[in-house]
Amino acid sequence: MPTKATLSGVHFMNGDEAIAEGAIAAGCRFFAAYPITPQSEMAERLSWRLPRVGGTFIQMEDEIAAMAAVVGAAWGGAKAMTATSGPGFSLMMENLGLAVMTETPCVVVDVQRGAPSTGLPTAVGQGDMMQARWGSHGHYEIIALVPASPQEAFDLTVRAFALSERFRVPVLVLTDEVVGHMYERVKIPDEVPIAPRRRPAVPPAEFVPFKPDPDLVPPMACAGEGYRVHVTGLTHDERGYPDMSDGAHDRLVRRLAEKVLRYREEYTSYEEVGLDDAEIAVVSYGISARAAHGAIARAREAGIRVGMLRLITAWPFPDERVRALADQVKGIVVVELNLGQMSREVERAIRGRVPLVGVFHAGGRIHTPEEVLAGIEEVARCE
Amino acid sequence: MRVKAKPIPEVIPGARHPMEKYLRTDRIPHIWCSGCGLGTVLGNFLYALDELRWEPDEVAVVSGIGCTGRIAGYLKLDTYHTTHGRAIPFSTGLKLADPKLHVAVISGDGDLFAIGGNHFIHAARRNLDLTVVCVNNFNYGMTGGQVGPTTPLESRTTTTPFGNFEHPFNLVHLAASAGASYVARWTTLDGRRLQKGLVEAMAHKGFTFVEVISPCPTNYGRRNRLGEGLDELRYYADHAVIRHGADPKEAEIVLGKPFLVGKFVELDKPTYREMYAAKVAEMGGKK
Repeated sequence: MPTKATLSGVHFMNGDEAIAEGAIAAGCRFFAAYPITPQSEMAERLSWRLPRVGGTFIQMEDEIAAMAAVVGAAWGGAKAMTATSGPGFSLMMENLGLAVMTETPCVVVDVQRGAPSTGLPTAVGQGDMMQARWGSHGHYEIIALVPASPQEAFDLTVRAFALSERFRVPVLVLTDEVVGHMYERVKIPDEVPIAPRRRPAVPPAEFVPFKPDPDLVPPMACAGEGYRVHVTGLTHDERGYPDMSDGAHDRLVRRLAEKVLRYREEYTSYEEVGLDDAEIAVVSYGISARAAHGAIARAREAGIRVGMLRLITAWPFPDERVRALADQVKGIVVVELNLGQMSREVERAIRGRVPLVGVFHAGGRIHTPEEVLAGIEEVARCE
Repeated sequence: MRVKAKPIPEVIPGARHPMEKYLRTDRIPHIWCSGCGLGTVLGNFLYALDELRWEPDEVAVVSGIGCTGRIAGYLKLDTYHTTHGRAIPFSTGLKLADPKLHVAVISGDGDLFAIGGNHFIHAARRNLDLTVVCVNNFNYGMTGGQVGPTTPLESRTTTTPFGNFEHPFNLVHLAASAGASYVARWTTLDGRRLQKGLVEAMAHKGFTFVEVISPCPTNYGRRNRLGEGLDELRYYADHAVIRHGADPKEAEIVLGKPFLVGKFVELDKPTYREMYAAKVAEMGGKK
């Protein structure tokens, strides 16, 4: 049974397990969660692995508690993660907002399944994309990464920890039941860099806990380090003290949003497939993008010049790149396992300049290549 | 004996709190109403900390939401004012991530036992090394005096205009049945006893619980004709009966009847972390 933190080498594992290993490799030593399908393999693996690498696994009484414990563990100095699926993701929303407001680095994984409500516990969905963006109350910005394979699940989990530390923001890994349960080759590198927490550069007497550095992110003093910080979900000033004025509120909410958005060009990522000569672009993400690959190959065989923009960062949405697509192609096809969520973002970015066809399915299975091909052909007929 | 309260000015120039070293003095005056018991609880907590001689940098205080939830913000320690009902799971993460911390949760009856009730029983069951102090004022003070999970039968609140008809929790019994290692109840009249109870609870390993019966003259007291803060303390003097080691079942609170205070539970059992560490050692892992 492995006691090494980073299991360097080539493995055959599913997406849930890859996320668990990505977290451990990235330095995660605290995982709190509540059992839910299709996340179980991740929690089970972490219950088996974390105690052997000096970490803590705890199964909480519900997802509200899991998310709260993760925020607490981060203030205790740990890199912390939780994982769930739709119903639990809903329960996490309030404390996700606490993490945003208190600038707590942490990672939240949502293995999406058919929804709303209990929906299809054992089958795929991508219906939580907008909840990931807007699910907690208030206006905020958040980072969400969408893997399309177990390998990418590993890589993006490592990246999620790095981004959460850099921006002091919760980072979401939005995967789905198929990627979570799909077994593939996963190569774990020899060394995985562990993102440092941004520590105060001054002694406690001079430290102003929520005074940002020039990049709008304040250094973080955790419990027990002598800085004696007050942390509150109330609107607060730079000292961390509650300030109920509209000015303080507007200043704080703007900074929390701006710190995530200002550097978006540096970290928003996507994969481009055959877009150079494309007249039609498929925009998709996660498992749906993989289903679209077959359709794109067939369309190319039929002489339709089609390529794909696969979103890796769902949030912040890569507005500029999608807008530029509308200058190049004559139509866009959005493929997703919901009835049109990220397609709204695509529409917003392209501002009606080219036709958009949505290939939507509410979930329960992935798209067939025929369905996606029909969407491509429909756009090809648009003039 | 009836003592007539002397009027005192709101601010006494030059006066200093003897435990000022633990206070964020730049946040004073506090938000609490006159006659509220929270100042007493805060003061007793400070004296208890002083008695424990803990390194203040290793003490963290976590609160939920409500009038009591504001205690954290006045303490010059690492303090966390979290979401409503979630102070205990937040503390679970905090304590397990940094076991050298002494973590105390101070929150209200609604926060800990209505919205946060599930977390309380599970933290007690796990015997997490936390001290939970519940300031029980029998209603939701911050939001204007609504009925709560400890409101006695027949009490008037803003949402029980005809008198409360829901059975309340007996918190002592609840904590004991859920597995707490230490359970005590005092009132804000019991200054020294309360301080001793807090010291014992914080020094005792495992999940420890102190209920503090506290006046809320602005909301609960006024609507139930209990008079001012001082009159509520007189009510405690007349009705509280000290009985250490009493059966927790007998600790229910009925308006107008005597109620029990004292130390109900004090037992030694392994904490969550000790159980975890033992299991890891058994497997030959590190921790």
